[in-house]
Amino acid sequence: MPIVKFEKQNWETGLNKLRRAYRLCGPVEDKGFHYFKDLGEAELPDFGCLNTRLSAKGIVYPQSEDMFEYSLDETLDDHHVMKDVQKDYSPRIVLGIRPCDAKAVKLVKLNFDTADYKDPYWLRAWEATTFVGLACDNPCSACFCTTAGCGPYHEEGLDVLLVDNDDHYMARVLTEKGIRFIETAGWDTTGVDGASLIEERRAAAEAKIVSHVSTDRLRGADTMTLHAAGIWEDISFSCINCGTCTFVCPTCWCFDIQDEVHGKQGKRTRNWDSCMFPIFTVHTTGHNPRGSQLQRVRQRFMHKLKYFVDKYDQGIMCVGCGRCVSQCPVNIDIRRVCELMNDLPAPDACAAQE
Amino acid sequence: MEVITADSARDRVEHVENPYMPYPVRIDEIVVETEDRNLKTYTLVFLNKADEEAFTYHAGQFAELSLAGRGEIPIGIASSPVEKGFLKFTVNKAGVVTTHLHNMKEGDIMGVRGPMGNWFPWDTLEGKNVLIIGGGFAFTTLRSSIISMLHPANRSKFNDITVVYGARTPGMLLYKDELIEWEKRDDIDMHITVDATDDPDWKYNVGFVPPVTEQKAPQGDKDTYAIVCGPPIMIKFTQPVLEKLGYTHDHIIMSLENRMKCGIGMCGRCNIGKELVCKDGPIFTLDQINRTPREY
Repeated sequence: MPIVKFEKQNWETGLNKLRRAYRLCGPVEDKGFHYFKDLGEAELPDFGCLNTRLSAKGIVYPQSEDMFEYSLDETLDDHHVMKDVQKDYSPRIVLGIRPCDAKAVKLVKLNFDTADYKDPYWLRAWEATTFVGLACDNPCSACFCTTAGCGPYHEEGLDVLLVDNDDHYMARVLTEKGIRFIETAGWDTTGVDGASLIEERRAAAEAKIVSHVSTDRLRGADTMTLHAAGIWEDISFSCINCGTCTFVCPTCWCFDIQDEVHGKQGKRTRNWDSCMFPIFTVHTTGHNPRGSQLQRVRQRFMHKLKYFVDKYDQGIMCVGCGRCVSQCPVNIDIRRVCELMNDLPAPDACAAQE
Repeated sequence: MEVITADSARDRVEHVENPYMPYPVRIDEIVVETEDRNLKTYTLVFLNKADEEAFTYHAGQFAELSLAGRGEIPIGIASSPVEKGFLKFTVNKAGVVTTHLHNMKEGDIMGVRGPMGNWFPWDTLEGKNVLIIGGGFAFTTLRSSIISMLHPANRSKFNDITVVYGARTPGMLLYKDELIEWEKRDDIDMHITVDATDDPDWKYNVGFVPPVTEQKAPQGDKDTYAIVCGPPIMIKFTQPVLEKLGYTHDHIIMSLENRMKCGIGMCGRCNIGKELVCKDGPIFTLDQINRTPREY
């Protein structure tokens, strides 16, 4: 893949050209934290941000979005009939997405783009988006991406990977969308033989990631054994079911569908939901298959580290961004849970050794 | 004519259209099914002929009933694919959507999204004896199945068909007229039962479903399958009866329920282990269920 470089002093000029053809979003600071937001007319993405508080998933998959609208006014011919809402799927660029969040988009796509059904909202937003990544040279302390199928210079899910190099950016252009991004910006780019430099930088960044997980035995483990294991009481004991882990997670995709009516006008919306909430699974009878905190915590980790692994054979449903680790109010740590699950002996393996 | 087709029909066409968009339908008829008035059967007619043609389904599948302003609810399809021109759903009044549905009237407009989920394994059941066990209002997709199996184009595909269906009282049985018709036929072995009744004219069984099953059901063997739908308490006590009769767990077929929203395997709440009840189910064999976390 081609590598080009362009001067940082031309960054803003290029972004202004891009603004004519794309909606731009990027990390901006708000009350002490960074979030991905649509950039204002002269606003620049803050590349000094280590990582955003929420992941970038909301760019493709907003926390709340309208699906349909309808009228309950029976004097109208089409009352009570759902109609599509106008949505903005014009081209957009997310600037400075970290490789972990980009890889996560690829994992989430497995859920929304299936052989049987296609989620039109997610897919159209995804198709409209150009993902311009920013390599991580200063990983956070909770990051464990290198053993979670990802890494600070990982390219999956990206159209361009930018590497910050003193007075210029090196850009590894990965897709057609990436080429259009570079061309539209009109930067004075020069092709460079930067592969070895990027490789060095990647190795240096990866060396800074000191926290790891082991996942090698998850696929071979027996689901029922893991589910019935004695580890869950201890893991879930302190959980307050706040749902923070699921909301900050780039790979959590669960949602709710709700109707809202004002007067005779209604709309159907979908909103992020969380397996941490008791109402997520409660039946109308009051019966709840995951009514206890233990069952819900177990569901979250079993989904990420076992069910997903078995269903797709694409590794764990986690990219090691560390957000749930650093933002959990009671210090539940997926790295520890992963170790506990991975260390449970698989009964089949034991039997085979005998 | 819609006949029960081979499993190759499982190769679904790709849904390129918006799978969240309900088909608009009109409530054509509402029948109060039970004496407590808590169960009503809705006959729905598609507003657009093309939608009706797109809605091809199999006995055992479900759909999302969609009420503008209230939400959606997954309900088993009670009509049979051999019945043309309408869909039937029997709905228990329980939550927000179903209560509102019970307050609606004939002629009202609502939506249907589907069909969803897998269906009873009709290919496997071909040439076999089929025992159907139902309890209470979990008889909807079983009605669909019986109507399909008894259809002249399909009946010869199955050997003996035995039905055990029970409710608390005679007035709580669904589809009473049809049950009585089936009782009269010689190509289906009906065993209707009620928990109790003081009706001196009641000429069928009195007793819970499990003991009636024990007395009336055929022995299990490799050529006999049981389909069981009912309340958890019935299933709990029917399972040991079936085991005693010789039914192996891969010959016991069940339909699960869980809270659902999307119905197409995306919203993430109805899973039992890695299986999604809405998309990989709702039909599972007991053998499959045994290998899955019991989170339903």
